[in-house]
Amino acid sequence: MNRRGENFRSDANVFPGKPLRSLQEINPNIRRSYRLGKVFQWIAVAATGVAVLVLAILLFDIFADGLSRLRPSFITEFPSRHPEEAGIKSAIYGSIWIIVLTIIVSLPLGISAAFYLEEFAPKNRLTEIININIANLAAVPSIVYGILGLTLFVRAFALGRSVLAGALTMGLLILPIIIIASREAIRGVPGSIREASMGLGATRWQTVRHHVFPRAFPGILTGTILALSRAVGETAPLIMIGALTFVPYVPGNIETIRDVIADPIALITFAPMDGFTVLPIQIFNWVSRPQQEFHVAAAAAIVVLLVILLTMNALAIYLRNRFEKKGPQNR
Amino acid sequence: MTDAFPANRGHDSTPIKMESRDLSLYYGKNLAIRTISMKIYEQTITALIGPSGCGKSTLLRSFNRMNELIPGVRIEGKILFHGEDLNAKDVDPVAVRRRIGMVFQKPNPFPKSIYDNVAFGPRIYGYKGDLDTLVEQSLRAAALWDEVKDKLGTNGLELSGGQQQRLCIARTIAVEPEVILMDEPTSALDPIAAGKIEDLLQELKEQYTILIVTHNMQQAARVSDLTAYMMIEEEDRSGVLVEYNRTNELFTNPIMESTQDYITGRFG
Repeated sequence: MNRRGENFRSDANVFPGKPLRSLQEINPNIRRSYRLGKVFQWIAVAATGVAVLVLAILLFDIFADGLSRLRPSFITEFPSRHPEEAGIKSAIYGSIWIIVLTIIVSLPLGISAAFYLEEFAPKNRLTEIININIANLAAVPSIVYGILGLTLFVRAFALGRSVLAGALTMGLLILPIIIIASREAIRGVPGSIREASMGLGATRWQTVRHHVFPRAFPGILTGTILALSRAVGETAPLIMIGALTFVPYVPGNIETIRDVIADPIALITFAPMDGFTVLPIQIFNWVSRPQQEFHVAAAAAIVVLLVILLTMNALAIYLRNRFEKKGPQNR
Repeated sequence: MTDAFPANRGHDSTPIKMESRDLSLYYGKNLAIRTISMKIYEQTITALIGPSGCGKSTLLRSFNRMNELIPGVRIEGKILFHGEDLNAKDVDPVAVRRRIGMVFQKPNPFPKSIYDNVAFGPRIYGYKGDLDTLVEQSLRAAALWDEVKDKLGTNGLELSGGQQQRLCIARTIAVEPEVILMDEPTSALDPIAAGKIEDLLQELKEQYTILIVTHNMQQAARVSDLTAYMMIEEEDRSGVLVEYNRTNELFTNPIMESTQDYITGRFG
């Protein structure tokens, strides 16, 4: 029979000296591995289930408590001694002030540091020490940043218990996170792009400016937003630097765009030096009150805070997806 | 002793463009290439062949100082460009790369439009002339113009692999270098796309000095005028130059036994 026409019959032993096995026969090792895989899968499912369940209970509880208080007036009113009239206006303004000033403080610093460390810094022991320290700083408890902010900004720089002092403290807190996220994004830019650019006779700066930065930017943005959402939820450092708990005004008394136009200078001079409160502190304050009605208000404020955080995280994910579609990332 | 480097004695009285003199390169403590001396002639295609890891690419990248982007690289010996020391203290590597361009193994267009890919180099040099014309000329020279003239705004990454590589060549040509270094430019391409690049090389040779690293011996035999064979030294794994000769001589009548072994496929 010619080779091509030959049939491989299942009873024909192709390898002489080796017993023939049917396909149905499964190696016991493989069978055990399958079983282990199943067990692991169920453990993973259970772990995920627990996490989701706890979160769901928490959300349900908060929504059940707070939903009755969620009216427009809750957002447009200042806090009050009377729980049913109390609102979170000053806290929302305070939180926005903190977010914006924190971005202004930490984003340029963080991005610059990340680019320096990734693209320009020589690889020596000093850089190594800096790297380790940044990683450590990201893990320092936030209360420590609060103490630093109190000593440095509130007292030494005499900024008082101002929005600016709070934002500088928050800026320091999230700076390591921004640096780490930005470095990750910069490292994600393929080396072939840098080579192509340098090979054409571009300088390091031109390469960073025209190729690395544009490609790393979405990643940097995402990391920054996630870092900011951490800052929005932070309470401890702001309590430490003495953010107020009862604030019946907004920083600089600037409430609307019209106020800004009327006195634009106040926006950058008086307002940042004003006292402030933020959502987490307002919540903390209400929860520590004995009256049940304040607890309800706290639950409503938590819902608002959660919505803000969710929006920020959704924005981060949206931006990442949007920019990633623009070009294959790993060429 | 037999001279295994006839090509270093001259090539059809063509002027010397570049030259390495006793060039050694270390990655940290590891010697990557050892005392390599070879002359590169103007408007000539010189091929570098040899087994993987013999330092062909390292040698190639020394010719436009791309190696110094890697931390821990140290060189000994000299590279001359028009008789000038390429690595002299007062020579700016950026200036070097503007005159000695490079095309890489994997096509690496910028994730920008075809036009912007070609225009990038001239733009960063502050090119004053008509950019549209320069882009067209460069794309024509890279035999890509007819395929892309109606879609210059398309992202370079949407082209096929072969087109991408020709775009990279056009991009290199646009800055008007004198020498083009090519690091296995067709190894990531299919045979038809590779064939187009090979044809292109013959045209580019009229204007440019080309140094090409290739794994493909047939390619070296087809496209190059001179061929240098490198191999790995047994005791310290460093790359050495074994033979440098006219391409047809090297492939039909090799001087060294190891060259013979390599080109006949007995080794490497």
